[in-house]
Amino acid sequence: MREAKMSTHLSGGRLNVALVQETMRTELLNLLQLYKGPKITIWDEWLAGPVGLVAQYSLLKDHGVTEMFPLKPGCLPTITVKHIVFISRPKLALMDLVADYILSLRTKQSTPVEFHLFFVPRKSELCKIHLTNRGVLANLTIQEFKCDIFPFESDVMSLELQNDFRENYLEGDPTCVYNAAQALRTIQQLYGIIPRVFGKGAAAKQVWDLLCRLNKEEHGQGPKGAATSCIDQLLLLDRAVDFTSVMATQLTYEGLIDEIYGIKNSTATFPGHKFVSPDDASPEVTARERKRIILNSSEELFAEIRDSSFTSVGAALSKKARVIKTQLDERHTDKTVQGMKQFVSRLPQLMANKQSLTTHTSIAEYIKETTDTFEFHDMVQCEEDFLNCIDNEKVCTYIEDLIAQKEPLTKVLRLICLQCVTGSGLKPKLLEYYKRELVQVYGLNTWLTLCNLEKCGLLRPQTGTRQYAVLRKTLHLTMDEAEMDGKEKSYLCNKYTPLTVRLSEHIAKNKGWTGIQDVLGLLPGQTVDELQTLQPRMARRNSISSENSSSMENPRVILVFFIGGCTYQEISALRTISQQEDSNVEFVVLTTKLINGNTFIESLMETD
Amino acid sequence: MSALLTADWFMLDSYYRKIDLYNMSWTMDEDLGNMVVSGAPYGGPIAMVRDRKQMVRVMGVAKPVITIFNGVGSVIAKILWNSGVLVHMGWSDGEQLLCIQESGDVLIYDMFGAYQRTFNMGQEVRDTKVCKAQLFPNPRGVGLAVITSSNRMYLLSNVSEPKVRSVPDLPRPNEPISCWCAISSGFLVCRDKEIYKCQLGESRAVLMRFDIQNTYTQILSIVASQNGKHVAFFTDSGILWIGSADFETKHSEIDTGYIKQPKELMWCGTEAVVAHWDDTMWIYGTKGNKQDFPYDGPFHLIQEMDCVRVVSESTHELIQKVPQVVEKIFRINSTAAGSYLLEASRQFQNHSHKADEYIRLVKPDLFTAVQNCIEAAAFEFQPDVQKMLIRAAQFGKCFIMDPELTNFYVKNCRWLRVLNAVRDPKVAIPLTSVQMGNLGERVLLDRLIWRRLHCLAEHIASYLQLKDGRTRVLSHWACYKVTQPHLDNESAAREIGEKLRNVPGISYTTIAMKAAEKGRKALAIKILEYETHSKLQVPLLLSLGEGSIALLKATASGDTDLVYIVLLHLKEKMGKRDFELTIRSYPLAHALYIKYCANNNREALRQVYVQEDEFHGQATTHIKDAIDQTNPGSIEASLISARECYKKGKNDLGVTVCEDARKLCKQQSSLQETYGSSFVGLSLHDTVRKLLEQGEVKLADKLRSEYKMPDRRYWWLRILTLAEKDDWAELDKFSKSKKSPVGYEPFVDACLKYCKHDEALKYLPRCNDDIKVKYYVKAGFYEEAAEVAFEQKDESALLFVQNKCPHNEYSKHAKISSLLERLATKK
Repeated sequence: MREAKMSTHLSGGRLNVALVQETMRTELLNLLQLYKGPKITIWDEWLAGPVGLVAQYSLLKDHGVTEMFPLKPGCLPTITVKHIVFISRPKLALMDLVADYILSLRTKQSTPVEFHLFFVPRKSELCKIHLTNRGVLANLTIQEFKCDIFPFESDVMSLELQNDFRENYLEGDPTCVYNAAQALRTIQQLYGIIPRVFGKGAAAKQVWDLLCRLNKEEHGQGPKGAATSCIDQLLLLDRAVDFTSVMATQLTYEGLIDEIYGIKNSTATFPGHKFVSPDDASPEVTARERKRIILNSSEELFAEIRDSSFTSVGAALSKKARVIKTQLDERHTDKTVQGMKQFVSRLPQLMANKQSLTTHTSIAEYIKETTDTFEFHDMVQCEEDFLNCIDNEKVCTYIEDLIAQKEPLTKVLRLICLQCVTGSGLKPKLLEYYKRELVQVYGLNTWLTLCNLEKCGLLRPQTGTRQYAVLRKTLHLTMDEAEMDGKEKSYLCNKYTPLTVRLSEHIAKNKGWTGIQDVLGLLPGQTVDELQTLQPRMARRNSISSENSSSMENPRVILVFFIGGCTYQEISALRTISQQEDSNVEFVVLTTKLINGNTFIESLMETD
Repeated sequence: MSALLTADWFMLDSYYRKIDLYNMSWTMDEDLGNMVVSGAPYGGPIAMVRDRKQMVRVMGVAKPVITIFNGVGSVIAKILWNSGVLVHMGWSDGEQLLCIQESGDVLIYDMFGAYQRTFNMGQEVRDTKVCKAQLFPNPRGVGLAVITSSNRMYLLSNVSEPKVRSVPDLPRPNEPISCWCAISSGFLVCRDKEIYKCQLGESRAVLMRFDIQNTYTQILSIVASQNGKHVAFFTDSGILWIGSADFETKHSEIDTGYIKQPKELMWCGTEAVVAHWDDTMWIYGTKGNKQDFPYDGPFHLIQEMDCVRVVSESTHELIQKVPQVVEKIFRINSTAAGSYLLEASRQFQNHSHKADEYIRLVKPDLFTAVQNCIEAAAFEFQPDVQKMLIRAAQFGKCFIMDPELTNFYVKNCRWLRVLNAVRDPKVAIPLTSVQMGNLGERVLLDRLIWRRLHCLAEHIASYLQLKDGRTRVLSHWACYKVTQPHLDNESAAREIGEKLRNVPGISYTTIAMKAAEKGRKALAIKILEYETHSKLQVPLLLSLGEGSIALLKATASGDTDLVYIVLLHLKEKMGKRDFELTIRSYPLAHALYIKYCANNNREALRQVYVQEDEFHGQATTHIKDAIDQTNPGSIEASLISARECYKKGKNDLGVTVCEDARKLCKQQSSLQETYGSSFVGLSLHDTVRKLLEQGEVKLADKLRSEYKMPDRRYWWLRILTLAEKDDWAELDKFSKSKKSPVGYEPFVDACLKYCKHDEALKYLPRCNDDIKVKYYVKAGFYEEAAEVAFEQKDESALLFVQNKCPHNEYSKHAKISSLLERLATKK
């Protein structure tokens, strides 16, 4: 029963991420079980998706949840069940909504109802005070649903914090640092102390310091956690160290799906018309409806192609098509009863593969529609020039033209930011020119957005050294067509390797920062290089003496924690590194949020 | 020696023994005989007050004094009784003294005589007055039963959570009650010859039927055993009836020879009843055997769960049934294995060969023998006897290897040591091992803590390796320490800090809270310094009024929620000016306050910025105002303010942007009047575009030059609007007006956007050479593209065309291929 519930896409790796899912799920179900009988849940909309990764609706239904509503302004229908459970992050605006609901229900409800509020992931005294001021706290039972990590894949976990980078860098509100440190505590409770810690960037240092502080606070108390260390190294990376990789368009299959259609909680939505199959009963309906597709590694085909450059996806799909066709054709050749029986037993799997092939062919067609356009091509060309430090010192006519045509602001800002980070700043004149242009075209609001970008360091006037130019060479971030050998090609779609990935790779190969200290000096923020003492009873998985010998068999697990978000392309690149033959590491990604250039820029824009 | 060991034994139905615990050193002003005595069970303290029913010459103060003694008769505390008429006093299981008043108020004191709290039995009791009360142990704790002067009965099961309930009245309730006792869920009440059981939850009292041979007219005393299974009562004809609690079985009827009511009557365990007349104590077995003990002076009985303690003017004794294992070992002529083992061990110590004989004798039962010796040791009070038995066990243990037995041995030795420690006259808690087992180690520690024996408690906690025992003891110690007024803050805090360092799980907050309760704020703050949990530390600091320390700690914790709490608290408590000054020195707090204001109150936010001379921030708030407003006048006003802020902040671009925006707004508002459609709020670009859409080229031109709109962008705008208006002739004219600063590609793009491929063809030849091929392809003119590429002798461009050309265009493909071949041969 339990086994069946375990999600296969989480338990495949060296680190059993399903453990996170199971822990969080048990926590939620235990909380729900506190209130006997049927109940409805009202969700903070931001949380509904991520929590869905932990416990699906059907499971909640089995535990007495009859209906679910989003927590948003408006009225609820009359409730017939006894328990109403709000599940929300501790945000004041949300508390207002909770209070509104309770007050309105209290006046019109005839049957007695009990209100409960689960804070995710932590209680907030501030919110409690607010609820008291609204006069509803007495009617509420408050619980803590300590779910601070959401499992996405066997190697990807996310805290799913909204606007974390904006809060930390723009508003000076380090709540996300606190959340990140707490999440690391959760990780260490589940998977043991991580003996070696590296990090780069101001936020990385903050998280590390806070983690030490929290450990000291809890000294000798609280849950002790796992007895062995399942993770060998931790690499904390501040997003501010590498904006380049976010600004550049992702060109892997999964990355492009995210860029064009947006992936939310492993799910993407596509228009329906390409999903119409010949044997569809009502093709019009299928074509009209938008199609939701879950994208995770439980689907074999997707796991194979997600990380590869989109250019090679076509070939991979047609190869797969041939394989499936051959397999399906086997029924004609094999006529023995035994053979037929075997074939039939394989049939469901075959049909599933076929279905998944159809799906991904349709998705690839959608993407191709975009990537084949001249606009897309021009944009990628422009990005590539910037990444190769070509023409990134002067006004870019392509950007000018985009502005003149009033193309989406995010697209324009992405390119300007990319020009800025690759040029290690923009010449003051140029920066001023862009700013004036943007304000003239997009309005006064844009001025505020530009101020925000400047405050975060995404836009800045050029000063002194060209850090990016140096980094490009020393860390080998870009390469010529000629340099691209076969094994790296698959993830070097635009011939650019994210800086974050190069740093992770270095840590993996050299077991430390040794050799690139100079480079680190060019990057903003402090460097972290620490040993975490294991508690005496904690045995390290590989004892130190046998490290050299055993490391050959047992790959080391490195947890890369992106503070401020990471892109699908970065994850893909890390995966590709660990899949290389000579590699002896496995990367597990933890991030505060899965982002792409658009969502990242949007989070920094002034909206009202 | 055996004879000596059994000297204090006596025979009833089985062996009983009377053990001397302590010699009493009472420091009493009055005669023990005149006192009401109430001893706490489990070897607890003894409270005494002068019996007001006895006529004596009052000495000293007129008001009664309750004196609390420990087990050896030393005074622990004295309470001057100032309240109403004291009906009864007794002890809770938390060793707190409960004093029940006539009014139904129950005053609770700790054993040091410090008043704790009061609860009340309810209005009805208050009106009718308590006439009799009894505390009784029951599974839920210590209960209290009272009978009022109107013979109504009330009961509560646990004094720590008093919930008073009434039990059914007797029939003819007004007739006097002769005697009664409380049982776990009700009362046994006797009236003359009858016994009624009045129980909770029942509608009426039940008359009990029982078998009694001797005649009598009245029952004088009734008492239930501690486990509630047996009852004994005494009649006015001097008969003691002993039977089961349901009165169906009679154990015996004993003629005591007395006819007056015994002063005390209580069960000793479950198989004997002890009675007290004048200076004589009688003990009766349930089968009718009896034994008397005359005393020299007055004495009192104290009920224990498994025995009875007797305190007299000079002694403190314990009467119990001899435990079975002890009896087996020490009984004269015993043939039990344990007894032989003991003998063997003794011979061994005397270097006698007989040891071997004895050990052979017990060999088959050695396991039991060892076990019995260990068990028996636990029951003994004399260290000598304990040692003797333990030695025997140790000796026997040498012949068998059994880890379980070893464990049992070690565990018992440990406990024995603890028992001896607490039985020591300095501590004076005479616990039997059964009682100890019943209390548990946790409660034992508590009891030591209550007696302020922190040192002993800590030793015991460490000795028994109790989980978090040390933490608990030391926390209590610290809590006690801070209440002692003679210690100065500095040294108290230091002492606590040193002692508690490296003790896991100490809540410094609790200690600090205690100090604060006692009005020692400075000490509390010092102790809070040790607290590592900011979540606990900060709220207390706030309640102590230490706002800025709290803010410091909160910001250091990284927990923003905590910082907000402090901010809100300070904002409420401090003046605005003070508040802003305080938070200025904490960047995090400052940032969070700004964020809070930004979300809730823009005016307050502006105030902060003004305060800080933060011009950029001020300007931002003004710009936000401008964006939110719709009235051109107010927009302009806001923009002027913003401009001024930028001016002060020396942000030239900001000044220009604001000034431009203001001018634009002004112009827009007049345009709005002219054209009647809305302009205000549009960007410059959109304004120009709207004018172009309406054909106002001149006006657009004017704006464009006024705001220095780049040519390229203006051309783009012209092209796009013309295309949008479907005015292709005008577009053509425009393209020829002068040389295009944007090239001719945008013209192509504009045509293609509206699928005007023929129009596009007009501009394609004029496109820049290096992207001409691309644009031909873009427009779908593959043949022409191929030709251009051929002319440019660009093979890769030709290949690009071939690649882009749709597969079904066979003729075009053929042409491209031929061109490719020609290009190859040409080379």
